[in-house]
Amino acid sequence: MARIEEYVPIVGQAIIDDLRLLAERLKGKVVQHINSTSVGGGVAEILNCMVPLLRELGVDTRWDLIKGGDQFFEVTKKFHNALHGRKAEINEKDFNIFMETSQRNIEEVNIYGDIVFIHDPQPIVLIKKKKENKWIWRCHVDISNPSQKVWQFLKKFVDKYDAAVFSAPTFSQKLSVRQFLISPSIDPLSEKNKELPRETVEIVLKKYGIQKNKPIITQISRFDRLKDPLGVITAYRQVKKYIDCQLILAGGTATDDPEGLEVLEEVKEKAKGDADIHILLLPHNDMEVNALQSASTIIMQKSLKEGFGLTVAEALWKAKPVVASNVGGIPLQIKHKYSGLLCRSVEGAAFALKQFLNSPSYAKKLAANGKEHIRNNYLITRHLRDYMLLSLALYHNEDVVSL
Amino acid sequence: MTQADQNKQPFKFYTRLNISELTGLRASTLTQLLSLIKEVPGSCIYHHTHRFLQLHQYLSPEPPNDFAYWVTEVLGEDELGEKLASIDTIQYSTIRSLREKIIKTTSEYLKKNSLAKFKFAHEGEEFYFIKSLSFILPSKYSANNLAEFKGALEKVTLDSIYFHVFESRLRLEKGTNDFSFWIETSLGNKALADKIARLDPYTYTLEDLRKALIKIVEQEQ
Repeated sequence: MARIEEYVPIVGQAIIDDLRLLAERLKGKVVQHINSTSVGGGVAEILNCMVPLLRELGVDTRWDLIKGGDQFFEVTKKFHNALHGRKAEINEKDFNIFMETSQRNIEEVNIYGDIVFIHDPQPIVLIKKKKENKWIWRCHVDISNPSQKVWQFLKKFVDKYDAAVFSAPTFSQKLSVRQFLISPSIDPLSEKNKELPRETVEIVLKKYGIQKNKPIITQISRFDRLKDPLGVITAYRQVKKYIDCQLILAGGTATDDPEGLEVLEEVKEKAKGDADIHILLLPHNDMEVNALQSASTIIMQKSLKEGFGLTVAEALWKAKPVVASNVGGIPLQIKHKYSGLLCRSVEGAAFALKQFLNSPSYAKKLAANGKEHIRNNYLITRHLRDYMLLSLALYHNEDVVSL
Repeated sequence: MTQADQNKQPFKFYTRLNISELTGLRASTLTQLLSLIKEVPGSCIYHHTHRFLQLHQYLSPEPPNDFAYWVTEVLGEDELGEKLASIDTIQYSTIRSLREKIIKTTSEYLKKNSLAKFKFAHEGEEFYFIKSLSFILPSKYSANNLAEFKGALEKVTLDSIYFHVFESRLRLEKGTNDFSFWIETSLGNKALADKIARLDPYTYTLEDLRKALIKIVEQEQ
C-alpha cells in the first residue's frame, strides 16, 4: 500500500501540502464510508486505496459494510443493469427482498459518522437513520438513461440525502438535493499503472507471441458488445490495407456470463486467419494489462456505451496516443485533437488510427498532452482532494468559501 | 534591496481549491444555451469560462472556454466558436460584464445566422451547466520583500497563482490581481505592479505564467 509521500515525485510537494491543509479542516469529523463489499469491484478498489491515504492525512475515515444474502445481491445486480438502461425484469418481490434486507441493515449497521458516504444503491435505504449528520449518496453507476421503474424507487431515498455525487455530468438526474461532480481516478502507483521495467514488458510480449517490430493497436476491455470488439477489428482491417500492424484485444469475461462467452466466440471467428490479431483473456492480471498498454503504439476504446472509461486514463497516463469513442466519461478525458482523437464510427476510428500511425510526432504530442491532463485531473490525489472538499462543502452554502 | 522593497504588509499566499456542483441544467441547441447563460448563477459563467484553463493548464495559450468549445465541436458553428473563444476576458472586471459580452456575441450571431438555431446536440453531447465552488485557504508561503516573493512564486501551487491572478480579480471583483496590488501598496513599486497587471494571463499556460511572473520580478531585483 503506497504512502502519501510516495505521490510527491508524481504530482509535486505542493499538491500534497494542499491535501494536508484540507485534512486539517476536517479534524474532529468522523467520515464513515459504507458499501456492500470489501473486495472485488470498482468501489472496493477505490476505498481500499483511499481510506488508508485519508487516514494518513489525518482524516478520521472509517469503512463499514452492509450485509446481504444471494437473493439481495441478485436483486441489486438487476438494479445495476436497469440503471445502466439494460433490460432487467424486476417485480414487486424483488423490491420486497431489497427492502427486507435493507431493514435488517438499518437495525444492524452502526452509524457514527459526522459525514456518511453511502456508495451505490445497495446501502441506500440506510438514509432512514439520518439525524443531524451529513449524508452523501455516491453513485458510481452511469444512470444517464435508467429504467424509470428502478430509478423512481431509488430516487425517493436519494432525495433525503444532503447531496448526491456523480462521475460525469451526463449521469446526473433531476433531484431536489445538491449534486456534485467527482470523476473517478487511477492510482499511478498501482500494479496496473506503475512504470514497468522494459524486460517485464518484453517477457509479456514474448509470452503472447506479439512482435516488437510492428505497430501495436490495443483495446483493453471485457468481451462485451458495448465495447464493440467487432468494430475494432473492422477498423484495424481498414488500417491494415495501408499500414502493416497488429491488433490486441485483451480483457476478461466472467465464466458465468454467457453473453461474454458468445461475444468472445464471435470475435475469434471474425479474427480467424489473421495471425496479427491477438485475442487474450486476461481476467485480473493487472501487470500484464499494464505491459500490453505500455508496449502499444496506439490504444483504442471504441465503446458504444461507456461508464467513465478509466482505461482511457490508464492509456494516457502511459503517454499513449488514444483513439476513443465520444461516449460516457471519455470526452472528459480526451479533448478531440488536444489530448487524443475521438470518433463516432468505425470509419472515423480507422481514419484516426491512420493519422496517428502516419504522424508519430502528432501522436506523441497529443499523448504528452493527455498524460498531463491525467496528472492534473484523474489521479488518486485529485480524488482525495475532491472527497475532502465535498465533505467541507456540506457545511457551506456559498459559492466562495474562505477557510 | 532598497528600503522601499522592505515590507509594510507581508504578502500571504492563499490557495484555491474548487469542486464542481452540477446544476441539472442542460442545453441541446444554441437558443437553449443562450437562454440558460442569461439565468444561471455567476459561478456557472465563471466555471465555463475558466475551467478549461485549469483542467488543460498545459494547452494554453488561448484556451477555448467551454461555450466556444461546445459551439464549435458539437454544433459545428465554427464562426461563433471563434468569436466566443476570442472574447478578451482580461478586459472584463466582473462576471456580470463577461456574461453580458457572451450574451451579446451569441445573440448577434443568432440574428445573422437564423439556421444555427436548428442545430441539435446528439444525446449525451448536450451542454451541462456546472458551477464552481471555491475554497480559499492560506498556504504556508508568505513574502516580506521581492526576494521572498520570487522564492514563494517558485514553490506555490498553480492553484495559488491561479487564485491571485484570475479568481481574485474577476470573481472577487478586486479590479486587479493580488500581486500587483501588494507590490504597489506595500512595496510602493507602481512600475512593477503595472508591469504585472499588463500581462494577459489568459494567453499563458499556468506554468508559463509562473515563469513570466518570476522573470519580471527577477528583472526588478
